[in-house]
Amino acid sequence: MRFRDILMTLLIGLGLWQALVIITDAPHFILPSPWRVAQAAYKSRVIIAENTWVTAIEVVLGLLIGTLLGVATAIQLAMSKTAERVILPILVFTQAVPVFALAPLLTLWFGYGMGSKIVMAVLIIYFPVTSAFHDGLTRIDSGYRDLSISMGALRWNFMRYIQIPQALPSLGTGLRLAAVYAPIGAVIGEWVGASKGLGYLMLLANGRAKIDLMFASLIVLACLTVFLHIAIGVLATGLNRYAQGATN
Amino acid sequence: MTTSPGITLKGQHRIGGRVLFDADLLIPGGQWTCLLGRSGVGKSTILRLILGLETGGLFSGSFAATDGMPLAGRISYMAQSDLLLPWLSVLDNVCIGARLRGENPHFGRARDLLNRVGLSDHTDQKPATLSGGMRQRAALARTLFEDRPILFLDEPFSALDAGTRADMQELASDVLQDRTVLLVTHDPAEAARLAHQIIVMSAQATQNWPVPETVALREINAPETLACQAKLLAYLRGIAA
Repeated sequence: MRFRDILMTLLIGLGLWQALVIITDAPHFILPSPWRVAQAAYKSRVIIAENTWVTAIEVVLGLLIGTLLGVATAIQLAMSKTAERVILPILVFTQAVPVFALAPLLTLWFGYGMGSKIVMAVLIIYFPVTSAFHDGLTRIDSGYRDLSISMGALRWNFMRYIQIPQALPSLGTGLRLAAVYAPIGAVIGEWVGASKGLGYLMLLANGRAKIDLMFASLIVLACLTVFLHIAIGVLATGLNRYAQGATN
Repeated sequence: MTTSPGITLKGQHRIGGRVLFDADLLIPGGQWTCLLGRSGVGKSTILRLILGLETGGLFSGSFAATDGMPLAGRISYMAQSDLLLPWLSVLDNVCIGARLRGENPHFGRARDLLNRVGLSDHTDQKPATLSGGMRQRAALARTLFEDRPILFLDEPFSALDAGTRADMQELASDVLQDRTVLLVTHDPAEAARLAHQIIVMSAQATQNWPVPETVALREINAPETLACQAKLLAYLRGIAA
């Protein structure tokens, strides 16, 4: 059923696209038809695959590192009121700086390779992950706190056995956001300066008026993002079910 | 177990300048004391105060154990909400206190306690699979696992249906023998059944209420229990105005 829905959406999308091509009668170097794009994708499959691999690695590493940093920060903030008072406003303030504007600087500092793109992805997801998880850690049923105090709980053990597990659904929410943002970060990084990756391939194709290849790269990028979204969705649902003690 | 100490408390509690209660209590050791009063009169606040929890007010006065030793670490606490952690099994929930203190949990003792409250077939289940009464029994086992001489129970049975509540009262009365129990309750019937001593709290003062001369745990339908319950109810309705 689910699969049939997806197939229907896909077919409708392709139909609309083809209709647009026929109605506007646009030349193929402005708006290529789906069939042309498919041919271009097949012809350039090796180069697309290579560049997809690079972008995928950037996105996944960015997600991993960004999540680890975000989780560590959120725990630190939730453990110490002082840290919360001092660091949280700074974090919020940094969100006023558009991360995209930092891309040239990151390229200068971390080079044209994967490094600068990973840092870009990390920066863009760090705040949503930190903020969502911190929110979950601090929004705790006061009854648990009272019970733990009466039991003589150690501060870190309260964090470990109660705060963190009950905040996992919030972490899932942050990760869902991160899965959408991370590819954007990596591609922006590639646009600013790169010699590999889907963002680079799109610019290259555009420069050589290979609009069909550009479309093909765009579609692959969209597929990558959707795949990531689904994978993270499964993970987030798992975290939810764990925290609720669901058994089957 | 050594004899359980009693607790004395004397003083005034203010919230934002307004006096919440002005109390002078003796909670005898090794007995059940039931604390009754209308909602908002500060019954739970007394428990929270002695437990060292946030009360949102300022207490001037003093409280102490009758044996002169510090109270810290000698009281365990059970609330109306069972506060079981949904992601842990019943067994792990019972042992959570040890985990939180960084000790190795004694699973054998936890199993014995679960057996005692009738949950030996459910040790590995998650709380979500249990009924309300079973969850509260698990919470009771967790309270017992702490093995402390004083227990503060804050309306632990009030969310249960009447039959389950009566069962829980009997179970608690059995497993908590010889401990100092302070039970906050809204229910005159519960107090009339369980109490060795009844304290009625009103905005201005606390007063000891005569308990039936029969021994607790009393039969629900014994005349003494019913009479005590009726008088308490009439009084509580009276002080509302």
